[in-house]
Amino acid sequence: MPKATVKVPTPLRPFAGGASEIALEGSTVGGLIRSLAESNPSLQRHLFTPDGRLRNFVTIYLNDQDVRYLERESTPLKDGDVVSIVPAVAGGAPSPLGRTVRESHAGKDEAHPRSSDRFSTEELRRYSRHLLLPEVGVAGQRKLRRAKVLLIGAGGLGAPASLYLAAAGVGELGLVDFDAVDLSNLQRQVLYTTQDVGRPKLVAAKERIEALNPGTRVVTHEQRLSSENALEILKPYDIVVDGTDNFPTRYLVNDAAVLLHKPSVYGSVYRFEGQVSVFDARHGPCYRCLYPEPPPPDLVPSCAEAGVLGVLPGLIGLLQATETVKLILGQGEPLIGRLLLFDALGLTFRELKVRKNPHCVLCSPHATQKGLIDYPAFCGVPAPGAATADDHVPHVEPEALRDELASAEPPFLVDVREPGEWTIAHLPGAHLIPKRELPDRVDELTRASKLVLYCRSGVRSAEAARFLLDLGFANVRSLHGGLNAWSQRVDPSVPQY
Amino acid sequence: MKDVSLPASLLDEIRAHGRETYPDECCGFLIGGASGSEVEGRRSVLALERARNEFDGERRRRFLIRPEEVRDVERRAEAQGRSVVGFYHSHPDHPARPSQFDQEHAWPWYTYIVVSVTRTESPSVGAFELDPETATFRPVNLRVDDASETTGAVTGG
Repeated sequence: MPKATVKVPTPLRPFAGGASEIALEGSTVGGLIRSLAESNPSLQRHLFTPDGRLRNFVTIYLNDQDVRYLERESTPLKDGDVVSIVPAVAGGAPSPLGRTVRESHAGKDEAHPRSSDRFSTEELRRYSRHLLLPEVGVAGQRKLRRAKVLLIGAGGLGAPASLYLAAAGVGELGLVDFDAVDLSNLQRQVLYTTQDVGRPKLVAAKERIEALNPGTRVVTHEQRLSSENALEILKPYDIVVDGTDNFPTRYLVNDAAVLLHKPSVYGSVYRFEGQVSVFDARHGPCYRCLYPEPPPPDLVPSCAEAGVLGVLPGLIGLLQATETVKLILGQGEPLIGRLLLFDALGLTFRELKVRKNPHCVLCSPHATQKGLIDYPAFCGVPAPGAATADDHVPHVEPEALRDELASAEPPFLVDVREPGEWTIAHLPGAHLIPKRELPDRVDELTRASKLVLYCRSGVRSAEAARFLLDLGFANVRSLHGGLNAWSQRVDPSVPQY
Repeated sequence: MKDVSLPASLLDEIRAHGRETYPDECCGFLIGGASGSEVEGRRSVLALERARNEFDGERRRRFLIRPEEVRDVERRAEAQGRSVVGFYHSHPDHPARPSQFDQEHAWPWYTYIVVSVTRTESPSVGAFELDPETATFRPVNLRVDDASETTGAVTGG
């Protein structure tokens, strides 16, 4: 018979002669544990119930794997295996808080008793409109309560999705975000109120969601999702709802979900259009099958640059919530392998079939990518907090620009934003040349001896300045911090947006 | 009766944790000295580590710490020359006494600290261990030390 080592946990060592490790022979994990108990009779009662079954909360690991995910007690052993007994720890307050209805729960996992089999009378009322639906019922409502859903981004998409998922009775909602509430968020991010402006989003979101449904546990992850933390953050959840606003994070969420075998409910919005799908590499394509490569970084501006119709993320976020609830209930036809395109102006829904890419680097049988990668580099954008173009071109601070504009030789001012932004506010004397038109309109600038470019926040103007410097323009600077910094430091009458 | 000492700062942390998770139960690890270093009948809690209440259901009156987490925390503690000596949890709106459920799921040797938490305060605390002979809880003598020479608690999760 194979020889294996049993690692005895600290609390049981007094019953095993103080030993932390015992070498034994056994052909299966169960056989080994039983022979351990036979040779140390006082261990018996701590490991097994009177009728001889392994006790609740005694978890057995074979090397680094929980045997419940192998063949349980029948898992075979080989020479040199290490079997560890690991305590799970449980407890709780003495009596139920309210009257409860006990449901039958055949087949429940004894090692993880679930009080979610019961609903209080209050909960039965709260969810009565669900309970009336045969497709949901008590069993479906129980699935909702057991579900753990992670929302990446508590913004335009995450706001409506989180509210409706909590209202529907999802037991645990994780939220990943690190922003504070900005006044410009309120046009669409219905989780927040005017009083919340300036507060951390997750603090405000947790309050709001728990006020809506105290039965929903809100777990906040106040950090930027990265290749370092993504697997750990996603791991405890059943379903991921992708409400990100940038490509590096979107690929990161997809890859982490595929690697962890979890479905990801995808949504995105741009101006008047939105997209929804469900990516579950076990049953269909992943995001990389649809978009193997990200678009060039300049091609797709964010909501902050391009704008978005406020109700649009509401609609798309609720479609994501709908798909999430369906996945939890196991009802209906999920949007797996289908990409839904919504156009608010024409009010049309179109559907595209998305097939699994047989050469997908991540989810095909020929996958070459086995872990997370450097997503900002993959998408060709600077890493968060890293040096940007802004750092490598000459720039001018708002106060210095004010003085130069008042001098005898003011610089030639170029506004590289879009015409709509120009209408909101612009600096007197500036010339509007949107960044995308710059290559065709360079000749308008050749007579200026010194140029200052500006945009909203300083990113686009720095990129435009880099472009002109590379063309051979000598005296080009970018307004550091853009119009927003100008508004804060020079002229508050210029609106920030 | 076994003596368990707990710095006042750590008791405050347990209470704070209970208030944060209220009305759900909080739970966590009690970290003591290296395994085998205890003087018979005396135990000192040196640090805490928060655990995630993984109970799949009514967390207002139940908690569960998964074996993976127990394993991780044990390994981390051992790497620092310490060991897991027990667990704490809160009883929201219930007294700081172990419940039948606590007893049925308790392990011997560990110290179990229970704090009672209400919406506004956490008025009482109790410490217990399982009597391996009778499989019932017996109280241990909890000494709350005001001295603050112990190093800061490890809180995480």
